Amino acid sequence: MTDLLCIGAGLAGERVAVEAASAGFDALCLSIVPPRRSHSSAAQGGMQAALGNCFKGEGDCPDVHFSDTVKGSDWGCDQEVARLFVETAPIAVREMAFWGIPWNRVVPGKSTYFKGGKQFEKIEPAASQGLITARDFGGTANWRTCYTSDGAGHTLLYTMDNKVVELGVRVHDRVEAISLIHDGETCTGVVARCLKTGDLRVYLAKATLIATGGYGRIYRETTNAVINDGGGAIIALNTGIVPLGNPEAIQFHPTGIVPTNILVTEGCRGDGGTLLDVNEERFMDKYEPEKAELASRDVVSRWMTHHIRKGLGVKSPYGDHLWLDIRHLGAQHIKTKLREVEEICNNFLGVDPITQLIPVRPAQHYTMAGVRTNKDGAVYGLKGLFSAGEAACWDMHGFNRLGGNSLAETIVAGKIVGGKVAEFLQGYEVAFDTAVTRAALVKEQERIEGLVQCRDGKENVFEVRNAMQDELMDHVGIFRNGKDLQTAVDNLQEICMRAQQVGLRSNGIGVNPELTMALKIKGMVKLALCAAYAALQRTESRGCHAREDYEARNDRDWLKRTLATWEEGADLPTLNYEPVSPTFELAPGERGYGTCKIISCTENDLGD
Amino acid sequence: MARRLQFDIFRYNPQDPLSKPHTDTFHLDETDSMTIYIALNKIREEQDPSLQFDFCCRAGICGACAMVINGRPGLACKTLAKELPGQITLMPLPVFKLVGDLSVDTGTWFRAMNEKVGSWIHTDKTFDPTALEERMDNDRAEEIYELERCVECGCCVASCGTANMREDFLGAAALNRIARFMLDPRDERKNKEYFEVIGTDEGIFGCMGLLACEDVCPKELPLQDELGVLRRKMGWTAVKNLFRRG
Repeated sequence: MTDLLCIGAGLAGERVAVEAASAGFDALCLSIVPPRRSHSSAAQGGMQAALGNCFKGEGDCPDVHFSDTVKGSDWGCDQEVARLFVETAPIAVREMAFWGIPWNRVVPGKSTYFKGGKQFEKIEPAASQGLITARDFGGTANWRTCYTSDGAGHTLLYTMDNKVVELGVRVHDRVEAISLIHDGETCTGVVARCLKTGDLRVYLAKATLIATGGYGRIYRETTNAVINDGGGAIIALNTGIVPLGNPEAIQFHPTGIVPTNILVTEGCRGDGGTLLDVNEERFMDKYEPEKAELASRDVVSRWMTHHIRKGLGVKSPYGDHLWLDIRHLGAQHIKTKLREVEEICNNFLGVDPITQLIPVRPAQHYTMAGVRTNKDGAVYGLKGLFSAGEAACWDMHGFNRLGGNSLAETIVAGKIVGGKVAEFLQGYEVAFDTAVTRAALVKEQERIEGLVQCRDGKENVFEVRNAMQDELMDHVGIFRNGKDLQTAVDNLQEICMRAQQVGLRSNGIGVNPELTMALKIKGMVKLALCAAYAALQRTESRGCHAREDYEARNDRDWLKRTLATWEEGADLPTLNYEPVSPTFELAPGERGYGTCKIISCTENDLGD
Repeated sequence: MARRLQFDIFRYNPQDPLSKPHTDTFHLDETDSMTIYIALNKIREEQDPSLQFDFCCRAGICGACAMVINGRPGLACKTLAKELPGQITLMPLPVFKLVGDLSVDTGTWFRAMNEKVGSWIHTDKTFDPTALEERMDNDRAEEIYELERCVECGCCVASCGTANMREDFLGAAALNRIARFMLDPRDERKNKEYFEVIGTDEGIFGCMGLLACEDVCPKELPLQDELGVLRRKMGWTAVKNLFRRG
């Protein structure tokens, strides 16, 4: 029994635990991997916070950060939350510095930088010497992204886990929560499976936090770690009560390498790299004469997909792809400014980017979708249940997240939600119902026995997973249309039936990986169905959600957030909608980039 | 023509009373850019779904997939098949407790290490949310980051002669961590306090100088230099302690 149980020990989970522990509460984290292996560590770029220390950050402030974030979200975010976020971000970054992050610092004097492949000069102010500096990122008006070389996520996670060790917060690593214990009103913990022994355990808690990150692994091509398979979202959805917010909001990044979908940075194109097709010819300049390769992420991803569909992709054993060409930037530039890209190409492809082309294609990157919470991080529908980070739909990203805002969200939301959890725990007592707990445990025991004994069938779990992933790639990807989405919904419903009939081929003893996958496959297909079905219903284009048959952003009818719940026994999610934001500090308008067709709303639609 | 690769993989499931340690052999046709990550997943999905191994980021960032590949500890995700002979032997890392097959428990080991070395900024100051951050020289920040790049994969520990002989040896990862905090102006610990943690045979004086740690480190950390510097600093601290006692 513990005060706070965090499911997930990445940045968000640990930040919440640290806040609660600092307030004197007992916190315990569960993690399916040792905490420092959480996917937070893979974020390389940095975290946005309006410190305004560096030359290119001059004049920056939370107001500008707010405006960038709301525009980035395509007015799909909760503006009250976005405001809370941008105001807290500078404090959160400085706090992380206090705890030990070796943030890169301002070096006064003259230096050079690249933009659009050209070199420019800048002069850093002497007054800012040694303060935290920032780099440029897409969709921002100022240089605002604080960084530590190419390892911001890594240093943040290590520093956070150091804090966890210092405070004596317990982490049970290699433990996976497989269901929430609740009575329909209050959440009192989880049933979990130990990934060192395979045994089931019950964890009782006054407050439970879902901080399991995103779930890119429902897609075949994703930049996400293999652990990002939706564990937290699945157990929330399985309650039948808790809604997912905007399950159709899924971000793609243009340049994942083929075959492993590891990300190569946007800096390649920023510095003048080009995209080539099977004939080694450029194509982005034909689709987007003005911005070419440097159009926004969603736009470039869309054209790349279009080009592959026209049959101009490069065939490979891992499917069709395109080429990224940075050869003309020269060895010196690549070895200094794009060192990390060179390493990735060498290590994972055996390709030398100085002399060879890099195989790339768009890959799923981020789920703005997540467990819906209020601004305090409290999950809709169950008392005592909270969520933070990519797992949550808090919702500061709306339909498109800005680069640098994901790491920032983990720390900032972690700090804010952690404070609210501590407030919640103050004087809070709950009765642990043994009948409810036992029922939850028995249900999982029976589920495991059923899978091992092939009680419902002998479907191969990997084949079912592959079918689901293919369906999403083919029909719920970068471009969407009613016909494809309907096909996806139909096919995914059939795949969901197959998921129901999965049985193990191996014996299931111990930490059996086939069983681990089998326990979540049906949940994953449900997440896929939520994405497909919500995308089918949303008859507009907003941010990452690009409908070929509804090209305009429709503020008149769709300035709202999807809430998807899944009732026991249903074959589709139930979709409800809520107003996108309680306030409109920034009224809907043009983003200032990308193509822009808007069906406007009236003043009345915005409320007060 | 593509090679037909042979994988000889250590197998043992400690949770299964019928399981005994042995080697299983699998065959795969090599594909372009095949890594051990791709190969092992293919074997699991097509040949033996019970095969245990650990991957997480599969991008050389998280350190989850360290194993012994043809006798050498390394990250499986960034090991390309084409750099290996047609016969590939995979074993779990030694020193760490076996979970099953190629999977070992590094989490428990590293948590204990972090507790032992006090892997956090030790300071009496408290954070002031209204104040500007303390200034730091950018070169110093980059020096700290250079040592902070350790991913706790365990390769250095698995390849260490001392760590393989004595369970209580801190290992290169821990010593590197101490070096990282010694560099950090925010940490108020003195050499004397560091000496209490690493000035013993379980610490820096247990290092035999074989330096396999540096050879196998997938992040290419400058472990040889760091261990050398630490040994010198701790040696001096030991001498000072002697005089103080006398």
